[in-house]
Amino acid sequence: MRFTAKVAAARAVAGLSRVTRTGGGTTAPGKLLLSLDHDAIRRLAARLERGSVVISATNGKTTTAKMLAGLLEPELEICHNRSGANLTSGVATALLEASGKSVGVFEVDEAALPAASAALDPAVLVLGNLFRDQLDRYGELEAIGAAWAELTGSLEESCTLVRNGDDPLLASLPSGAAGTVTFGIADSSAALAEMPHAADSKWCARCGHRLVYTAVFLGHLGGWECPVCGNRRPALDVSAAAIEQEGLDACSFTLHTPLGERRVRLPVAGMYNVYNALAATAAAHALGGVELDRMVAGLERFDPAFGRFERVLVDGQDVLLLLVKNPAGGNEVLRTLAVDERPKRLLLALNDRTADGRDVSWIWDVDFELLAPAAVVTTGTRAAEMALRLAYAGVDQGRITVEPDLEAALDRALAGGEGPLYLLATYTAMLDLRGILADRGVVRPYWEAE
Amino acid sequence: MSSLVVAHLYPEHLNIYADRGNMMVLRDRCLRRGIGFELVPCGPGDGMPRADLYYLGGGQDRDQSLVAADLLRRAGELRAAADGGALVLGVCGGYQMLGHRYLAQDGREIPGVGLVDLETTAGDSRMIGNISIRCQLDGQELVVVGFENHAGRTHLGAGVQPLGEVLHGHGNNGRDGGEGVLAGGVVGTYIHGPLLPKNPAFADWLVRRALAARTGDVELEPLEDGLADEARRVALRLVER
Repeated sequence: MRFTAKVAAARAVAGLSRVTRTGGGTTAPGKLLLSLDHDAIRRLAARLERGSVVISATNGKTTTAKMLAGLLEPELEICHNRSGANLTSGVATALLEASGKSVGVFEVDEAALPAASAALDPAVLVLGNLFRDQLDRYGELEAIGAAWAELTGSLEESCTLVRNGDDPLLASLPSGAAGTVTFGIADSSAALAEMPHAADSKWCARCGHRLVYTAVFLGHLGGWECPVCGNRRPALDVSAAAIEQEGLDACSFTLHTPLGERRVRLPVAGMYNVYNALAATAAAHALGGVELDRMVAGLERFDPAFGRFERVLVDGQDVLLLLVKNPAGGNEVLRTLAVDERPKRLLLALNDRTADGRDVSWIWDVDFELLAPAAVVTTGTRAAEMALRLAYAGVDQGRITVEPDLEAALDRALAGGEGPLYLLATYTAMLDLRGILADRGVVRPYWEAE
Repeated sequence: MSSLVVAHLYPEHLNIYADRGNMMVLRDRCLRRGIGFELVPCGPGDGMPRADLYYLGGGQDRDQSLVAADLLRRAGELRAAADGGALVLGVCGGYQMLGHRYLAQDGREIPGVGLVDLETTAGDSRMIGNISIRCQLDGQELVVVGFENHAGRTHLGAGVQPLGEVLHGHGNNGRDGGEGVLAGGVVGTYIHGPLLPKNPAFADWLVRRALAARTGDVELEPLEDGLADEARRVALRLVER
């Protein structure tokens, strides 16, 4: 079969699965294409004249990719796996639409990165952060770090490596022949009082000595230095200073770039999103040809990605959807929620399917103690375990309702109490809850949610 | 009233599977009964605390190698503590380190403290999934449920008893049906999740055993465990999935 025929066959599958609503067709067409031609990603990606930007991280891949898309569009036509299907099958599916597009923006799963990067041969490789996440699926943090080091050590001159300088593990990766753009936060007033429990990378990647932090912004991200071997946070090319969080709705900061500096108001809250915005800005700068004004405008009109502080109205009630999947992400979400002092209602949905991570022990590393006075409904396959964790966190057992069925739990949470409803869910629980909300006409299905 | 002293060894290095959840449970089960609870973290270079229970969790390979030498220096003290009636509990990597050695895939040999006659060899695949085991502890039969995730295959020496018999899952090596180890005052297991929240009866057995040397046999009054029982019931159902 000729390559064009293979692509046509895969596109037919994509059209069919959209019509039949069998999961949105975000991976099946790519799977078929890769089975017909294992070299398909490289061949299709070569059609993108400006090349591809590949983004990987434990947390923030989808948001960073969406922010970057917003910085590049509409001036550039982009090919983007915006549904969040981030294995090679999802990338291949997105590439079916590569014709006529000038640049690719692909978020890629941490474990799939070496293979995807080899096929895509990116012009820009963005590495956002590495936290412990779903150990049953990804292996340990270091194993990913080692695989990434092998990848970045062999990067060619044609690639620019964009890295988070505040993450000691990433900043210590080799860069091969690639140029680097380093981003990070330069605002000691935004630092935490102490390193959170879930911090993962406290030891020097070169010599193993304990790192000294001048500031910790999130997990193990911050200003760091090894007192023994001198390894330290590299100089920042793109940074944020004078960060102000505006409750749960927005934050503003002074963006410093090699092109100049601007005050930016980002319409999403949380330190995570400051990092995501810096990653996107640094990536746009590395790609080249994007002016500072356009970067700022793109950031300021950002609309949150699926399940990332996404705000919807259900029966006239304010509901915030928050994806939670690992300790570092969970702690940041809870820290941001704690800013809202109004009475809170929470729906916590914990599933233990493969895409969630079958090992749910991570919930014991999330500081649910921050929620203690809230009223909570727990749901999902591990609803009872979530409730047990909350009880140990000091949440009054009389205010915890266990309802494993997602739809019944959603109705319970909507029926009781006052104030906004915060819906925190693991990946498959979020997909299912969104499906329920879509059936009620509240949100669009995720594959159309753009 | 008596007080339970727990020494948490290397809590900043060996904490990969939410080991602090185990500490929360031990503390809670003591305090709810009017038994005091003292948690003493012990890092590299710190003096060896006197404790009723020494806890050694699991870490990433690199974190484990960072504390391995320090732990080896404590082998004699740990042995003396166990002989004196203290309990030593190792989970995952911590369990492996209680044995003679760990043979890595590349042939490297990482010495353990040799507190119990067992050794571990790295396999080429990880044993991952929900697990349940049946234990006989001081004449009481109980089932421990949780999650396992290990590449190491652990083999016990002749005559050494496992902690339990695998009902579902892999256990020590996926072959002999045993999981963990129970030898005198030394307890090891691959089960995390963390280990104790969904296994309150096992947690109580640990508390009783750890206190026994100093205070004699204590009767632990039963506690209301509604949520733990429910989470446990779900876990026991999911382990068969």
